[in-house]
Amino acid sequence: MSSEIVGPLEGSRKQEEVEHRSARVLAVEFLGPLTILGGIVWAIFQPYRVVFLEPAGKGLYDYLFQAPLLVIGVGLIFTLGIAPGLIEDLRSADGTKS
Amino acid sequence: MAPRAELVHWAFAAGFLLLGLILLAEVIVGSEVFAMRPWRLYLWPSLAFGIGVLLWPVAVFFTNSTLHMLAHGSWAEVAMLAGAVELALVRGKLKSRWWTLSLCFTLLVSSAAFLIHEQNPWFFSRSAFLHHAIGWTLLVAAIFPLGQALQPRKALWGAGFALTWVVLAVMLFCDRDVAPIFGHLSRFAGGGQ
Repeated sequence: MSSEIVGPLEGSRKQEEVEHRSARVLAVEFLGPLTILGGIVWAIFQPYRVVFLEPAGKGLYDYLFQAPLLVIGVGLIFTLGIAPGLIEDLRSADGTKS
Repeated sequence: MAPRAELVHWAFAAGFLLLGLILLAEVIVGSEVFAMRPWRLYLWPSLAFGIGVLLWPVAVFFTNSTLHMLAHGSWAEVAMLAGAVELALVRGKLKSRWWTLSLCFTLLVSSAAFLIHEQNPWFFSRSAFLHHAIGWTLLVAAIFPLGQALQPRKALWGAGFALTWVVLAVMLFCDRDVAPIFGHLSRFAGGGQ
């Protein structure tokens, strides 16, 4: 069906779908880096929480559990291990729908 | 020799943060896309079960009071229960959506354990404050799995449940063995004031 009215309406719906799709991809892409950024900001504000920077008097457990590095680690796991596959599947699912 | 309590809290916070990110990603992409790779479905139940298993050493080594031991033990049990139920749902061994209520039970038990095992008032120290705050947060958050059981298609419940773990992680990362809360630290809290 094509007319001067229906054509633009279908077009705007497709535009909305594309925007919604790209917003979801963007959200998944940003989850990991935002987490990493949180860890970096924390490390900047409290450098003494990163034992490598101030190693005096610190034990094994302090090296194992450095809070800002744990946050960065979680962000990296998500960014490198989980997000790429999700984005790929999201794009392929959207590709088969449209 | 056991690590300091704050270090253990941070380690669990990292686990909860990852759990929250995975659940949040599932809400964003939708269940269908998330299930396109079967291994992804096992991620969060395995993580929940793993957290439950790791809580046992905490129950065994942090025995500063019977209440602490009972609280950590009960968390270990309900976290393992939640993980196991979700694993069974993913595997198709369990079918009913009402099993989601086990998550509600997990949150309620965890909430009670947090509130009961903190014997000091809110402003005793930051740790006491966070235990109260986490306890009440988990109590309120128990509504999310309940909502998921009643309205499985509504994304709000899933998003709320996912964000609960992110918020819990932030609160656990804020925990310190000895630190003031809003400038106040009880002279009995061990700060030497």
